[in-house]
Amino acid sequence: MGVIDRNHVTETGSGQPMLFAHGFGCDQNMWRYVAPAFAESHRVVLFDHVGAGRSDLSAYSPQKYASLDGYADDIIEICEELDLRDVIYVGHSVAAMMGVIATGRRPELFDKLVLVGPSPRYIDDADYVGGFSAEDIEGLLESLASNYLGWSSAMAPVIVGNPDRPELGEELTNSFCRTDPDIARQFAQVTFASDNREDLARVTTPTLVLQCSDDAIAPEAVGHYVHQRIAGSRLVHLRATGHCPNLSAPDETIAAIRAFV
Amino acid sequence: MSTETGDDEFARLLDDSAEDLYENAPCGYLSTLPDGTIAKVNATFLTLTGYDRAALVGKRTFQSLLAVGDRIFYETHYAPLVRMQQGVQEIAVEIVRPDGGRLPVLVNTKATTDRRGALAFMRTTVFDARQRRAYERELLRARQQAEESEARARELARTLQDSFLPPEPPAVPGLDVGAAFRPAGGGDLVGGDFFDVFETGDGEWVAVLGDVQGKGVEAARVTALARHTLRAAAMSTRSPAGALTTLNEALRRSGESRFCTVVYARLLVREPGAVSVTLAAAGHAPPILVDGAARAVDVSGDLLGVLDHPVLPEAQLTVTAGEALCLFTDGVTEGRRDDEYYGEHRLMALLERSSGMPAARLARHVVDDVVRFQRGTARDDIAVMVLRPVSEPS
Repeated sequence: MGVIDRNHVTETGSGQPMLFAHGFGCDQNMWRYVAPAFAESHRVVLFDHVGAGRSDLSAYSPQKYASLDGYADDIIEICEELDLRDVIYVGHSVAAMMGVIATGRRPELFDKLVLVGPSPRYIDDADYVGGFSAEDIEGLLESLASNYLGWSSAMAPVIVGNPDRPELGEELTNSFCRTDPDIARQFAQVTFASDNREDLARVTTPTLVLQCSDDAIAPEAVGHYVHQRIAGSRLVHLRATGHCPNLSAPDETIAAIRAFV
Repeated sequence: MSTETGDDEFARLLDDSAEDLYENAPCGYLSTLPDGTIAKVNATFLTLTGYDRAALVGKRTFQSLLAVGDRIFYETHYAPLVRMQQGVQEIAVEIVRPDGGRLPVLVNTKATTDRRGALAFMRTTVFDARQRRAYERELLRARQQAEESEARARELARTLQDSFLPPEPPAVPGLDVGAAFRPAGGGDLVGGDFFDVFETGDGEWVAVLGDVQGKGVEAARVTALARHTLRAAAMSTRSPAGALTTLNEALRRSGESRFCTVVYARLLVREPGAVSVTLAAAGHAPPILVDGAARAVDVSGDLLGVLDHPVLPEAQLTVTAGEALCLFTDGVTEGRRDDEYYGEHRLMALLERSSGMPAARLARHVVDDVVRFQRGTARDDIAVMVLRPVSEPS
């Protein structure tokens, strides 16, 4: 199975490539109100992380995806497979740090970096305030477990195995954010245990940080921290509240990204 | 029209109003703004959670009432879903009460959009789920226990199977011995196949390969009996038929109803490059001798565990360097693809083509070919042993 199927890569438009990466929770649908606005001027590429959405669940390996590096490798592979150059990478939530790792490793592939609600570390550490404690993350794992009760592995083929009949997947409640519970659990652990503070200093790609108001996942102080550690980065405060301005305030998000690219 | 009048009449029988229906609905009711701020809440919700209306309306967001883990779930799953599919159903979260206690609830949310299609507000129903959650936790615990005992059972099956099939045959001077095994299906059931190679005297060895009818624990018990009986019997008799007769008696006296097939080879490795073999095959396919061409050794006898006096003729042959003797279970020849069997001819042709391989590789090669023939899934256990005399001690 190739990279395109593995990550369920979809693309529209032409021009300088913009690669949109979704965060922990749902899939590339997270960009449905934002990405189309750029398809007139850019080659817009969307994908699902392995384990999410319509990616190939059989490609999931607990070893490879034991840290964000495995996801960053996939991003680089997608760029290579589609022969993307001068990429504008737009990463939401944990995918922001995947982009930081990828650009640190292969700076020549990337032209600009847009980080939407980034956090290099979610758990408090000495003077650093991430916003969460280790116990909070245990609570999230419990929350995930109780919300995947209805899941059985027999459902996986229905969701991911019918790319030609997407309506089969859509019929399932809450399907955009559904995946195998074991994968969701590990992705949650990897996401919230990640510590990429060191990686920020390695970024040489021009970077935009989009910070929401009242974001419980990536608080304001964290956005400032990212801005300070990435030399020359630009920080824009959005009026949008919550963690997903790409869904709650797409116009404001589009305008902020457009002004940067 | 008459129906409507009828409905009204019934409704009038109740002391009911829209207001009362809302306030005292059998579930908690919340209306929230797009950012989650609580704009309206019913009495049932307040009773359920212990909050004052004044502490909530305009002051708190719905997500701020949730335990932290659930709040992350809200931001990463719940809120996105409301925006993408205009609602969510049956989300399990816990509301933190004013006294710090937690109330497990199930919530459904429906989004209301304005004329431009933007989210205007959300309506959420909240159901007390204390008993349901306790029950679900029981279910989860039961499932975890079931998974653990399944893992233990698989581990036990593997351990047992390993004891029937030594992973590495012993080093026999003057003889290259190789064996390969592939369990049926996923390999989580102990099969009845076994093989063994052991020394009985100076330069005297015994190689056995057998198949007990059936699978699982019952078959495993008989397999263990067969393997150990043959080891003991081999010490007191040099005759393959004699050892097999002892096993037959042991099976008959054990009260086991399972039968067993065995090929038994006594090997005399006295001079380099030649092994003298005495063979008996109890209900088992005869071994194949490859000396350029492949042919089945002419030996056959009754299976064990059924008759009081099975007839067990012996065959005598000498296998020399460059030749190979191949013992196998019926999982090889009866490997099936649709209506077609793998069969003895296919096996002989493969052995002729590959006769130059070292014993272990040749045995593995046969097993792989049979599995490939069956499109990757073995229907039955497959066991193969290859014996090749070598002229130079390695």
